[in-house]
Amino acid sequence: MELDLIQKKLLEQVADLHGIPEGAYNIRSDGKLAGRSTTAHIDIVTKSDKPGIDIYIKDGTKNESVHIPVIIEQTGLNDLVYNDFYVGEDCDVVIVAGCGISNCGGKESRHDGIHSFHVGKNSKVKYIEKHYGEGTGTGGRVMNPTTIVELDENAHMEMETTQIKGINDTLRKTSGKLAAKASLIIHEKIMTTGEQRAETDFSVDLDGEGSSANVVSRSVAKDKSSQLFRSMINGNNKCAGHTECDAIIMDAASVTAMPQLTANSVEASLIHEAAIGKIAGEQLTKLMTLGLTEKEAEDQIVAGFLK
Amino acid sequence: MLELKNISFEAETDGVKKQILRDISLKIDERFVAVTGPNGGGKSTLARVITGVNTPTSGSILFDGEDITGMSITERAKKGISFAFQQPVRFKGITVYDLISLAAGKKLSVSEACSYLSEVGLCARDYVNREVNASLSGGEIKRVEIATMLARSTRLTIFDEPEAGIDIWSFTNLINVFEKMYQKIQGNIIIISHQERILDIADRIIVLADGRIAADGTKAEVMPTLSKQKPIVCDVLTEKL
Repeated sequence: MELDLIQKKLLEQVADLHGIPEGAYNIRSDGKLAGRSTTAHIDIVTKSDKPGIDIYIKDGTKNESVHIPVIIEQTGLNDLVYNDFYVGEDCDVVIVAGCGISNCGGKESRHDGIHSFHVGKNSKVKYIEKHYGEGTGTGGRVMNPTTIVELDENAHMEMETTQIKGINDTLRKTSGKLAAKASLIIHEKIMTTGEQRAETDFSVDLDGEGSSANVVSRSVAKDKSSQLFRSMINGNNKCAGHTECDAIIMDAASVTAMPQLTANSVEASLIHEAAIGKIAGEQLTKLMTLGLTEKEAEDQIVAGFLK
Repeated sequence: MLELKNISFEAETDGVKKQILRDISLKIDERFVAVTGPNGGGKSTLARVITGVNTPTSGSILFDGEDITGMSITERAKKGISFAFQQPVRFKGITVYDLISLAAGKKLSVSEACSYLSEVGLCARDYVNREVNASLSGGEIKRVEIATMLARSTRLTIFDEPEAGIDIWSFTNLINVFEKMYQKIQGNIIIISHQERILDIADRIIVLADGRIAADGTKAEVMPTLSKQKPIVCDVLTEKL
């Protein structure tokens, strides 16, 4: 397959790719398959009952990666896709997903990606997801990613999810269900500008003994944008859960943080932290004494915060 | 050269006005100038007025003959004024390397950034990628702050109690840092300090008390007057006694 310039730029933004990736991949462009590659250990199969793919990763697959980027250039496209990952036992893999929308038209372009992960015993998965929007058109860029994670015994998943600018409206739902000794780490980074709206909804069930979850969100809300962060951890066994929301609010933005903990076991140890505030004046002052203007100082602080 | 002409600064807290600096006039062109005096005497405010963090209520500030009174913090920094805070600021996500590069005003190589850290006694490899956040101890962040001053190398550097939080064993090295800094940039260094060993190396000592210059001169001239200063006793307590 050959990529045009816009496709290349979107791929670079959502998957850090500078062309066709190595290893297993599935590229979806404007709702259609644009390229696929499988390996001896990783198979990708198109679903027959609904749009989307099933990704099978064999037991013992180590140091391999799967890229499944989605790019949308067609204005007015409403793309719904189901991607199911079946990760075997004793694996160690990196999965990179992401969606880039370049909407230069007047109609709303929308991508709803529903990703489910079934991670087998003793497996490690690093999942990186980026969302990016651009385009000069008046049409909205909407993304509603849903992530469902099921971790078997002693499985470990680390999820990095990033949405920096460009997406007008998003509802991001992530749920996790953890068996004994399984652990889930989620790092979310969000920046909203203009009149954008971002809603995040995490829900983690710590079912197994010795399971743990750490859900950390850092966000910056600028201009008139609004954000809602909801994070729920249920401790149903001897487990450890931590959720943290740290937000910088600027201009006329609005941020709501709703951490929620439920302990259904006396052995559950759960913590939540939530902090919302403007950039500290002394941080700006310090960087200005190093020769930065107030705007440059603000940009540095925000870039560092979301790094 | 730095010149302060009739600088006064008044602050208002809870509707009550307080005079912090009272009609201070100074010319500073010595290599090392130490500013000392009792707590609340106006030392840190003086540093903040020189660097533009606070605006004086009246008076003017000249830097190398140019009136900088109306200039912003950024403009003064660009003119060549640096300020090491008494309590260095912490940043989430900004690394020691980022901060030193920002101070240098250019993207440094990792080895360049490391050389500044080594000069302040930090094992560069362990620190260069650390975030300047709450995980750094008071002594560590203080050294990082001093390293940023080395990276800036400007004509005037003001240190506000640089020794605070630095252990006694590293103190001699700290003095060497100031010596080296002077050799390198040949600029003026103003150090706010209570430490006698810092006062020892100063070419001039200025004593600030109650917002005024209580003494000004060489160590030999000023030290005897320091011991004669009346201790500040709370009025209420005196009345009770």
